[in-house]
Amino acid sequence: MNSSQLLGITTFAYLFSAMLYIAIFVFRAKKLGLFATLITVAAFLINTAGIGLRWQESYQAGIGYAPLSNMYESLVFFAWAIAIFYLGLEWKYKNRVLGAFSMPFAFLSMAYASFSPTFGKEIKPLIPALQSNWLIAHVITCFVGYAAFAVACGMGIMYLIKDRKTNAAPDSLLASLPELKVIDDIIHKTLVFGFLWLSAGIITGAVWANSAWGTYWSWDPKETWSLITWFVYAATLHARFTRGWGGRRIAWLAVLGFISVIFTYYGVNFLLSGLHSYGGN
Amino acid sequence: MKKTDNMVWRSFASVRLALFTLLILATTSIIGTLIPQKNPPEFYIENFGQRTAQFFQMLDVPDMYNSWWFIGLLLLFSINLIVCTIDRLPNVWQMVVMNNLDTDLERLEKMPHRQVFHARGDAAALADTAATLLTKNGWKAQTANKPGGPLLFSQKNAWSRLGVYAVHLSILVIFAGAIVGSTLGFKAGIMLPEGRVTDTVYETGTGKPLPLGFTLRCDNFNVSFYADGATPKEFRSDLSVLENGKVTIDKRPIIVNDPLSYKGITFYQSSYEPMQGFNVVITNKTTKTSQTFQIPFGQKISWTEGGIDFGVINQEVRSRMGDVNRLKVWFSDGQGEPSIFWMDNNATQTVSRPTAAYEFEASQVYATGLQVAKDPGVWTVYAGCILMLLGLYVAFFLSHRRIWVYITREEAADRCRILVCGASSKNKLAFEKEFTALVDSFTHDSTFQNA
Repeated sequence: MNSSQLLGITTFAYLFSAMLYIAIFVFRAKKLGLFATLITVAAFLINTAGIGLRWQESYQAGIGYAPLSNMYESLVFFAWAIAIFYLGLEWKYKNRVLGAFSMPFAFLSMAYASFSPTFGKEIKPLIPALQSNWLIAHVITCFVGYAAFAVACGMGIMYLIKDRKTNAAPDSLLASLPELKVIDDIIHKTLVFGFLWLSAGIITGAVWANSAWGTYWSWDPKETWSLITWFVYAATLHARFTRGWGGRRIAWLAVLGFISVIFTYYGVNFLLSGLHSYGGN
Repeated sequence: MKKTDNMVWRSFASVRLALFTLLILATTSIIGTLIPQKNPPEFYIENFGQRTAQFFQMLDVPDMYNSWWFIGLLLLFSINLIVCTIDRLPNVWQMVVMNNLDTDLERLEKMPHRQVFHARGDAAALADTAATLLTKNGWKAQTANKPGGPLLFSQKNAWSRLGVYAVHLSILVIFAGAIVGSTLGFKAGIMLPEGRVTDTVYETGTGKPLPLGFTLRCDNFNVSFYADGATPKEFRSDLSVLENGKVTIDKRPIIVNDPLSYKGITFYQSSYEPMQGFNVVITNKTTKTSQTFQIPFGQKISWTEGGIDFGVINQEVRSRMGDVNRLKVWFSDGQGEPSIFWMDNNATQTVSRPTAAYEFEASQVYATGLQVAKDPGVWTVYAGCILMLLGLYVAFFLSHRRIWVYITREEAADRCRILVCGASSKNKLAFEKEFTALVDSFTHDSTFQNA
């Protein structure tokens, strides 16, 4: 058994998990609930084992680095972070319909990691700039934040779907979704959590840049986009805290913010050029 | 006119302006990620045409993050933060330090969380029990005697109301650090060959020479590669610092991510350049004499005392940069045919001659590429970053929670009325649970079960 096999299984396990949650939502198949959770936990554990094994394999290959250093590895970690964040959310809110709007992100991240031809999956030695413990801190903080924003986006979509038909019959599909007030609360808490981690991600990146190049901020596209994302969420939180925004507007901003996250993460690597180019390999 | 009524003041203190500035900063920042920054003017003419390029120059687009209008936006953002803080902080500070035992008793009856029950007994004794119960639940209470009876108050994290201002302040601290860095510091670079010294570096962008105030020497540079032969594993320079002819730092190794700092100036390993030449050490194994040389490529060199002539007559280059993989050496001690052999770069070769044996050690000469930075503001920036993270944590996850217990003797009956009430600055749901647990512990206590 090697790490690629484990991570391959992870992809399908997340697909299965996402489908189960969607089934729970669409067919109101509440009986599947516990099974869906167990599959998700199992998928998460396989994902964890895959990352751990890849770490070990990198040492066997004589390179030895935390598997957080290229596009493939970051996507795998992104899926991992989404899964654990979602499991925490499910545990806290005791509502599995949330999974139908969260776990697809974990699956998509793994699927993109596994099937995209644009970047390699091999364990490659690290160039000198990447040999830093700040790399680990930077990637973990960023992707925990990104995972929260992915879930917030899912919750935002959920809110907008439910809000479209507030007068739906009580036994309709949408009635199984949490109350708008509750979704709104989840979105807010998730955004707040993500914002703290995004801030930490930008800061650890800056400290790393300073220890490698002597410049903590050089306005390269990746840095700038992470700051744009930060501005978007900062504006969102201010709109809510002090101007009492909520509901649809915050739901839309959660979606908009995540688009900015995706561009920061993906768009900059493949559409723009800059210091972060190694992320694209 | 009072400052709070002033229109200009009001708009600078407003969150509306903050939202506007954040969104303008977000959207304008995109420009510099789409249009490459800090290229020479010709680049923009070539890629965007004469007219557009002219328009770009007018608006400083090629260096937009340092342009007057972008700095202006950051300034507006800072003024907004400062005015907003001056406007709101006094009231918030009042909330933090206020004596809650002076709270208007009428207001207690309208608190968002409250519970009323009755118990028999002396008000002072009940107050003692209440204080014990509060302490047991983690609420250390103060007591004051009001006309109607004792009032107990306890609070947690009053200072958490300051969290959001800590975040605002942290942004200003980061800006201050950045300003200090850009006015008193510099970014520069130097390409320093092995064995050479410099007391000057060259400013990034302008190439202006900047004196270091001391002398830097590169003693050695090494690049190592992974087994694939192409991916660099480590760039390492040994640097020494000389001041007034004295060596103050002796051969300190630096690698990427591990720079050398000296008197506020930091040297970062950044690149390297292979040079046309070799460091050579020849040792006569019989006489144990040895000599070090730095020689150019393709020239005959003489070691007169050792009676040796030698040179590098060919080399095999690995990369476009000119890293030498192997070199071909011509070696003669005047006895018989000269030795000609290939050897690996960075290796030692034994040369057997009719009358003596030699060790020939050769490594290509490199120049180390250093980035040089002086940034006296960096620790201010880091302090701002830490303050921001602490502030965000406090602002998001801690809340100011207050509990009052007001015990009043009822005129008609021989019993007391007990009001437990509380409020939380945020996260009402969690506070409600905490409040309910507290009320439960009151109603389950035998002292309060005799009404």
